[in-house]
Amino acid sequence: MALRKKELQFWPEMTKGLWKENPVFIAVLGLCPAMAVTNSLINGLVMGAATTFVLMGSSLLVSALRKVIPKAVRISIFIIIIATFVTTVDFALAALMPIAHKQLGAFIALIVVNCIILGRAEAFASRNPVGVSIADALGMSVGFTIALAMIGGVREILGSGSLLGVDLLGEHFEPWAIMILPPGGFLTLGALLMTFAWVQSKAERRRAQAAAAANVAEGRPEKRAA
Amino acid sequence: MSDGEPTSLRLVATMTIAGLISGLTLVGIYVGTLPMIQRNRAAFLSRAILGDSEADDERDRRPLLPGAESFTTMELRGNELVRFEGAEGEAPAGPALYMAYDADGQFVGYGIPAEGPGFQDTVALIYGFDATRRVIVGMRVLESRETPGLGDKIIFDEHFLSNFEALAVEPTIVPVKKGERSAPNEIDCITGATISSKAVVTILNRSTEQWLPRIGATPPAGGQS
Repeated sequence: MALRKKELQFWPEMTKGLWKENPVFIAVLGLCPAMAVTNSLINGLVMGAATTFVLMGSSLLVSALRKVIPKAVRISIFIIIIATFVTTVDFALAALMPIAHKQLGAFIALIVVNCIILGRAEAFASRNPVGVSIADALGMSVGFTIALAMIGGVREILGSGSLLGVDLLGEHFEPWAIMILPPGGFLTLGALLMTFAWVQSKAERRRAQAAAAANVAEGRPEKRAA
Repeated sequence: MSDGEPTSLRLVATMTIAGLISGLTLVGIYVGTLPMIQRNRAAFLSRAILGDSEADDERDRRPLLPGAESFTTMELRGNELVRFEGAEGEAPAGPALYMAYDADGQFVGYGIPAEGPGFQDTVALIYGFDATRRVIVGMRVLESRETPGLGDKIIFDEHFLSNFEALAVEPTIVPVKKGERSAPNEIDCITGATISSKAVVTILNRSTEQWLPRIGATPPAGGQS
């Protein structure tokens, strides 16, 4: 595997974005929309869906055209492709979901500068065939959407006492207004990043222990240390 | 990527083709979605002036001006109010207001949109003005990002909104502390949302100052459809 080009496969390229390389919780990218629009679950989901469309579309085109686009102008071409998809989403949302479009405001247009999208185009889609590029885009999009939904869900429950507009916590719950305000975005994202880092470090420690245990008990590599 | 250095011509050609395809796509999508976007805008405006019959809140179902059943769009051309001739959902480029009529076609007053800075972002609202009694008879916030739990009370706080049921606008509207309202041109502010309440007052004062000299008790000719 060292020198030969890796044979990339659809499934692992897709699933890596969900957890192992989650764009928000692990790569810590795309934080502007992740905090700015996630004051409710539905806003997080709509933003996730809009980003999914743009990322899938741009990855498909960038990958399909990767042999035609001259290297010298590739970034400009990527930006044209991405901006076209973003404008499409902007108009489509304004026509089909006017209320959500109003809520998300300028942040739909700002998908253009979401670094996940240009990042995947440059780092992945421009170097790999269409199939795995789609897988990579799908995984990253779903990972991003999950992250936004988690942040939006937590903020809506604590900040409004509801989820998807349905009252959850009853009349006696005093909503934490700060959770729907900008600081709530930072607090929630911080708490979620901490949780993710903790879970990861725990998993790593367990793996190291398992490796050590396997070394000690030579000849019995199947020994489990959990 | 292709072999060797691409020529300048090839770079220019690539960029041009990309721009052309993108441009054509965007124009197509714009033209395709425009009718729906305009319909949404018209529906939003109609809900704001005539009330939203499907709303959960009783206040949202009520029209901005009591009895209003229909309205026409008027724009300011030069110094004159003229009927706006445009497709449904199309908005005049300049200052505009709406003339509301009841079920019998009788003129009931003006719906006037206005906006200005709030605590966090622009507050956009629309108010109903009874030109015969020279009072504001209703106010609805259309857009705002005021603090949830505090400033956003300007949207739904019953006591605050009841200020606008017969609010005199002359000489100017004056904000006072909650419970101290004693004159028809005074507004009880919301406790904890003084800045947002005062922002609404400032927006209204600025707008009435602009519009009042131009509108009379009787509708200008050509108003009714």
